[in-house]
Order: sequence, then C-alpha cells, then structure tokens
Amino acid sequence: MSEYFLCLILFCTGLYCILRKRNIIKIIVGLAIIEYSVNLFLILIGYRFKGRAPIFALGQEIPNMVDPLPQAVVLTTIVIGLAVIVVAVALSVRIYSKYKTFDITKIRRLRG
Amino acid sequence: MKPLALFIIIPLATAFLIALLGRRIKNLGDVLTNMAGAGLFILACSIIPGVISHKVLTYKTGNWPVILGSSFIVDGLSMLLLVVINLVCCLVMVYSLSYMEKYTDKWNYQALFMLMIAGLNGVILSADIFTLYVFLELASIAGYVLVAFSTEAEALEASFRYTIIGSLASVCILLGIALLYSFTSTLNMADISLIIASRSQQGQLLNFVSVLFLAGFGMKAALVPFHAWLPDAHSSAPSPVSATLSGVVIKTLGVYSLIRIFFNVIGTSSNLLNCLVILGLASMIAGAFLAIAQNDIKRMFAYSSISQVGYIIFALGIGTPLAVLGGLFHLLNHAVFKSLLFLNAGAIERVAGTRDLTKLKGLAEKLPLTSSTALFGSMSISGVPPFAGFWSKLIIIIAAIEAGHPIFALIAALVSIVTLVYYLKFQAGVFFGALPSAFANIKEAPLTMKMPMVVLAVLSVAGGLLLLPCCREFLQSAVKAVLS
Repeated sequence: MSEYFLCLILFCTGLYCILRKRNIIKIIVGLAIIEYSVNLFLILIGYRFKGRAPIFALGQEIPNMVDPLPQAVVLTTIVIGLAVIVVAVALSVRIYSKYKTFDITKIRRLRG
Repeated sequence: MKPLALFIIIPLATAFLIALLGRRIKNLGDVLTNMAGAGLFILACSIIPGVISHKVLTYKTGNWPVILGSSFIVDGLSMLLLVVINLVCCLVMVYSLSYMEKYTDKWNYQALFMLMIAGLNGVILSADIFTLYVFLELASIAGYVLVAFSTEAEALEASFRYTIIGSLASVCILLGIALLYSFTSTLNMADISLIIASRSQQGQLLNFVSVLFLAGFGMKAALVPFHAWLPDAHSSAPSPVSATLSGVVIKTLGVYSLIRIFFNVIGTSSNLLNCLVILGLASMIAGAFLAIAQNDIKRMFAYSSISQVGYIIFALGIGTPLAVLGGLFHLLNHAVFKSLLFLNAGAIERVAGTRDLTKLKGLAEKLPLTSSTALFGSMSISGVPPFAGFWSKLIIIIAAIEAGHPIFALIAALVSIVTLVYYLKFQAGVFFGALPSAFANIKEAPLTMKMPMVVLAVLSVAGGLLLLPCCREFLQSAVKAVLS
C-alpha cells in the first residue's frame, strides 16, 4: 500500500513543480517527475505479491507471475516521455537565446 | 483489409525518406508529400463504400487475434474523420509548396508534417486504447515542434506552453488508461466496454477515470477551462500548420478521442452529458466574446475555433441522434472553413506582411480571390443560409429545442450572431475601405496557394449537400457508430 502513497507523493511533487516553479528548467524536471510517477504506477498495477517474471522454461510451472503487459507499456511511455523532454529542453535553449532568461514570468510577449 | 495499414505506412515512410534525403535532393520533399497527401485522400475516399456496406473494417497487425494484437478498426465515425483529415492535409500540402519557401529547411517541415498525419490517422484507426495514446503522442510531439518552426520568440514561447500543457494532458490520459487497465485487465476498447457493461458493481473508479479523461482530452481539444494554450499556439504557428491544428488536430486528439472513450468505451451517463453541455456552452460563449476583442486575425480565428468546438461538444452533450448528427456535421464543416480561413490569413500575411486589423485595409481590389474565398469562409462559419455552416448550426439548435433545452438553443443562436459580428469585423477591417499607399504594389498569392483556397471555399458551400438523401448515409453511419 505504501508504494501507492509514495507514487502519489511523486505525482504531487511533479505537479507542484509545474504549477509553482518559475524557472523553465525546473518545470521540465517537474514534467519528468510526473511522467515517472505514472510509469511507476503502471508497474505497480502489474505487480503480484511475491510474483515472478513471466518467463517460461521447459518443464517448469510458475504459479504466481507478474503481469508483463504494463511493463511493455512502460517501456513505450518512457521513450515517449524522453521525446517530450528532448523537445522541451531544445525549446528552452532557443527561448534562452531569444529572451536571455529562464524565468517564465518574464517570458511574456504573447497577450490576450 | 490491407489499405488500413497504408494510412500509417505511407506518411511514416514519406517522413523517413524526406528526413533522410530531403537535404540532398532538392524537390524530393515537394513531390513526395503531395503524392502522399493525394494518395491518402484517395485511399480515404475508397474505403467509404466498404464501411457503409459492412459497417466495420478490421486490419489485424501480424494476424494476431483482435484482442491480443494491436489491430486497426474503421467504423462510420472513423471513416468521417479519415476523410476530413486527409482532405485538409492534402490541400495544406499543396498550399505549403510556395508558402513555406521563406523558410530555409522546408524538408524538416514536410517530414514533421507527415509524422503528424501518421499520428492523426493512427489515433483514428487504433482499436486499443494504448495504441491510441502512442499515436496521440506522436501527433502532439510533431505539433509542438511545428508550432515553434519559425523559431521566432513568440512561436517558441507558445510552443513551450503548448508542450507543457499538452504533456500534462497526456499524463492525465495515461493515468486514466492505467486505472482502466487495472479495472478490466484489457486494453482493447471493445473488450473494455463489454467488461464494464457486465460488472454490476462499478463503484467510484469509473467516475474518477472519466474525470481524468475529460481533463486530458479537454486540454487537447481546448475546451474552455483548459484553453489557454490554443490562441498562442495557433496564432504563432506558420499558417498551413495553424490550418491543420485548428482544422483537424484539436478535433482528432480532443473531440474524436472524447467521443470514442465516452460513447463507445466507458458509456455515457446523464452527469457526463450535462458536463459536456456545460463545457460546450462555456467554450462557445467565452471563445466568441474573446474573439471580438482581438486585433490579430489569426488570434481571432483561434478563439473562434474554441467557440466552434464548443458547439460540437454541446451537441454531443445533448446526446440525441439528431444532435450527434449536427455535432459531427459541424465538425466536418468547421474543419473545412477554419482551415480555409487560416489559409486566407496566411495569404494576407504573406503579401501584406502583417496580420494586424488596425493596419490592414482595402485589400479586396488587390486580392480578389483571397477576399472572395474569405467571404465564403466567414459566411459559412457565422451560419448564413445556403452555406454549410448554417445547416449544421440549425440542426444543433433544433436538436437542443427538441431535447427540451430552449434556453441553451437560444444561447447557441445568440453566439452565432456574435460570430457574425467578429467575422464582419474581420471582413471590414481587411478587405473594405480605401487601399493605403503602402499596399499599392502587392500581388495576389501564387497558383499553388489559390487552388486549395478555392477548393475549400467550394466545399464550404457544397458541404450542405451532404444532408441530401443520397449522401446522408455518410453522416448517418457515423452517428450510428457513436450511438451504438
């Protein structure tokens, strides 16, 4: 049970970073944290108590195995998350060269 | 059915080839993207008879059974969106030929655009909820980069906001998928809906999942409490990109996914439908009133998109077959005339060098074609009769009255008048009046930019013909797919 609470705390930390931090690098870190918390949650869903990896061998029976599907899903979401972070970091580099600041409250040319 | 996989293979292969060879071979990107665009549109049209007669087409990846593999499915609703997406993308590719000349790395734009089309088609086709998520992210990431394509300060800022809000939306959706998987132990959409329907004790989990999906897809569709990114992103992007983002991306990623998940997978409840009605009304009203205040034409069109998507969501929230028909018809019409208007804005910006309503004036005599097509688009979106937009709004309003919401119907009619007001402001500001001397030497846009505008203008009138008995089956099969 405590794992789920830790996962929730991680999620809230990420959300706090995105909503409250002014530095855009910290916002991107918050995004990474929130993505990892959801990945962790997916892994927890697939876990069975004292479960084993679902790898079959000849003449062997595994009575209690973890669900492999969430693990496959998490591998994909990690790659997607990486792509998003790369885009965000590349954008922040270009933003810095245009605005000379990482402060999100000063990056405000669009209005209305 | 083989052709279904082609909807994803063609754009992905094109994107790969252009990214690999575009820098070395000069016109490769132009040729390949236009061939791919036209091919995809023909392909989308070619599946219409099959879907109308068979109801559902399926493609099994690697011949796995539907429940185990990630298969593709096309029903009436997917068919409607496939046709709309590939039509708009095909025309936008033609338009980009000369519009994107001003950027030095046009091939990157074309490769990214093809990736976005692959993502959009994938969202429409996928039969399981996680494949939908993967394609949704593919389209979104390509969208984030395309918004920043001009690398001007405003575009970068808008793109950063879009990236953060879009990723937050994706996280909500992924969390929803995780919870739904833990509840049903499957990712296939048809299977999930069967399992949910068979459980008698549903508890609060489904409500929580609904809220997550509503927030996630609501952010992607820019419904009103979640709309902050849209005006920035859609007005800072290059015009062909804005046309696609406003015309099809928010509808595919937001509205289509919302319909698919709520009407076909989780199942609708009266609470949810009320939520949709309220969100729709809020978007409709707020979008329209914010649009009046804008002086930047693309920003005005962006707010107008929020308002029109509000109509679609409102119609879906009413939930009767007539209302859903109106909503889907409005979705199709909006894709046509909003991309037309953004292409017009691009043509105006290209020749006049500004999008500011206070600086533009009297362009009608210099740009006869742009001004007449823009008039078609504006009249259609404000719901003036014979134009297609009138019929879809009329159906939505009649459906609202029939369902016992006369006040909401009145609001929808009034917002339509507000829409007419700000489109008249656009027409009067840009095209009427005396031509300033600064614009004395401007010329009409080249042929490749005119052609898509004319086609879309014709469609914004001819769209109304879809309600004729001989063509009605196209929309009816989509309505049946939503409500089945």
